[in-house]
Amino acid sequence: MEKKSKSQSRRNFIQNGVRASLLLSLGTVSVAALTKVTGQDYVWQIDPFKCTQCGRCATDCVMAPSAVKCLHAFDLCGYCDLCGGYLKPDANKQSTAAENQLCPTAAIERRFIEEPYFEYHIDEDLCIGCGKCVAGCTSFGNGSMHLQIMHNICLNCNNCSIAQVCPSDAISRVPASEAYKVKGDFINNPKA
Amino acid sequence: MNSGENNNIVFSPQSSICSLKREVKYPYFNENEQAKPNHKTTIIRKLFTLKKLKFIFFTLVFLLVTFSSFAQKQRFPKPEFDSGYTQPSPVTPEPRALAMEYFDVLVLLLVLSAATYFALKSRSRQGVLWLSIFTLLYFGFYRNGCICSIGAIQNVTLSFFDSGYAISLTALLFFLLPLLFTLFFGRTFCAGACPLGAIQDLVVVKPISLPKWLNKTLGLIPYVYLALAVLFAATGTDFIICRYDPFVGIFRMDAKFHMIVLGVAFLLMGMFVARPYCRFLCPYGVLLSWMSRFSKWHLTITPNKCIQCKLCTNSCPFDAIDFPTNEKEVIKSGLGPKRFITYALVIPLWVAVGAFAGAKSHTFLSKANPDVYLAELMISKPELKEDPDNIDIQTFLASGKSMETLVAEAEVIRQKFYIGSMIAGGFLGLVIGMTLLNTVVFRKRQDYEPHKGNCFSCARCIDYCPVEK
Repeated sequence: MEKKSKSQSRRNFIQNGVRASLLLSLGTVSVAALTKVTGQDYVWQIDPFKCTQCGRCATDCVMAPSAVKCLHAFDLCGYCDLCGGYLKPDANKQSTAAENQLCPTAAIERRFIEEPYFEYHIDEDLCIGCGKCVAGCTSFGNGSMHLQIMHNICLNCNNCSIAQVCPSDAISRVPASEAYKVKGDFINNPKA
Repeated sequence: MNSGENNNIVFSPQSSICSLKREVKYPYFNENEQAKPNHKTTIIRKLFTLKKLKFIFFTLVFLLVTFSSFAQKQRFPKPEFDSGYTQPSPVTPEPRALAMEYFDVLVLLLVLSAATYFALKSRSRQGVLWLSIFTLLYFGFYRNGCICSIGAIQNVTLSFFDSGYAISLTALLFFLLPLLFTLFFGRTFCAGACPLGAIQDLVVVKPISLPKWLNKTLGLIPYVYLALAVLFAATGTDFIICRYDPFVGIFRMDAKFHMIVLGVAFLLMGMFVARPYCRFLCPYGVLLSWMSRFSKWHLTITPNKCIQCKLCTNSCPFDAIDFPTNEKEVIKSGLGPKRFITYALVIPLWVAVGAFAGAKSHTFLSKANPDVYLAELMISKPELKEDPDNIDIQTFLASGKSMETLVAEAEVIRQKFYIGSMIAGGFLGLVIGMTLLNTVVFRKRQDYEPHKGNCFSCARCIDYCPVEK
């Protein structure tokens, strides 16, 4: 009986020792991580100045349709009649006919304001984030249309699957307090 | 400078059509605008007459256009509206509030406590079952399976290796809390607080018992998965645990086709081989198993003295109940101290072989990194530079980054992979050696006991035990 209790206590001793050392290592890990911990919440966002409109935002997001949508910074828009983001470069006419529209899902709505200005409004339910209009607007116009991750749709995945395939590394984590990189703000308060 | 730029920009080949059309059709711009078209047209006329100036003009335009595109100036200034039009502002929905993230941590803490209470104190399978249904609904379908403790391994790893990466407190707590609970109470996290475990636990229909050797061999896969996940996270390559999570697609009700197929396949398999992901893949399970082996208060099958009725052995779908040692068989099998010493001495050899294999495979593994992949692709297939459909190469060429920088960066990452995969290989060698060593160690057991490392604390066996308190 005595022998048994001896081996039992030895086992207990080993168990306790290992548990203490495991606890210690967990503590070390947590302290080491705590030095780098941030109370801030981070979300994914696209830098419109790095974006090259490759079209992967439309195909690689875990959401279907993508959480990336075209955002129109009206502040930068020229309200042109001939819009590089709305009309195909080889459009037959400057009209709202489907054949002339650049957007594959007709998500851009053209509203007449006054001669000769038009407002271009983006229907986010239809937008798939392909960036075709962004490419058109950036090369022919002011670049007021640009892609942004919409946080009412984005699941804030641990590892953004678009960021993984983005060829220009335009997607990064930003503080949740400044969750959007809207282009107009950059022009008004240029950092550089 | 500013107005000069604007004047010249409209002659750039890209925008000239637009601006000219505007001039022809709508000559009445506001004052500020009107000055420019007139100015422009006169310049055009002059240029066509004075051809000598053409060269100078184009260089000027070229310089200004490059500069202006760099500075992102507006090509077409915003008009001033007469009709009282007010400009709308772009809609930017707010992200989920930070307080909600902390609420998730609180829910995790509560669920962990409840799971521990049900498994250890009230000994109620019903309680654990309902708790896992809640977990499935909350962390699974409501929170879409993200963030989870399994994936948090990678966040913690990356925070150690990437100085620019700040880990969120939520991720750190999701990583630590279950480990702490497991160190004291066993794997109650697996029983009630993990959505991946919950979805698999609910589909167990007719579990079959796997032979011991198969259980042990397949049980090595989680170590490989953990080593790879840490390696890829440490090199900043990818988060493979998140990417190849088979059930997250089911939680979101939306995923790539092959991931849905994988998820459904796991669930179908899980009807017969209970919890296949938890037992043979989950990398977090490795850490939990280490903690659980030394847990202070682990779930016990019987509340009192075991009466050796063997009823519980059929109840465990995970082959996690150890039988009492049959001493006669142990002596018969001839496994003695001799074999133990041999296996122990062979362990350094296993480590060396593992490290060698890891170092050998680092070139292959490093291809998962996008930078290394791109550099390799451009060196091995230079003709792809002409391919307009290759987005990665075209974007790289347009970015103006030199090939030397890319190769240098890729080289640094590959070096990290060399060291990393050597360590990972050595670790796997050690694991194999220790597993072999474990097969010849016999611990004396008089009763039927849960295997502390493999038991998920699901409390099924408790239901079967006829002993009253």
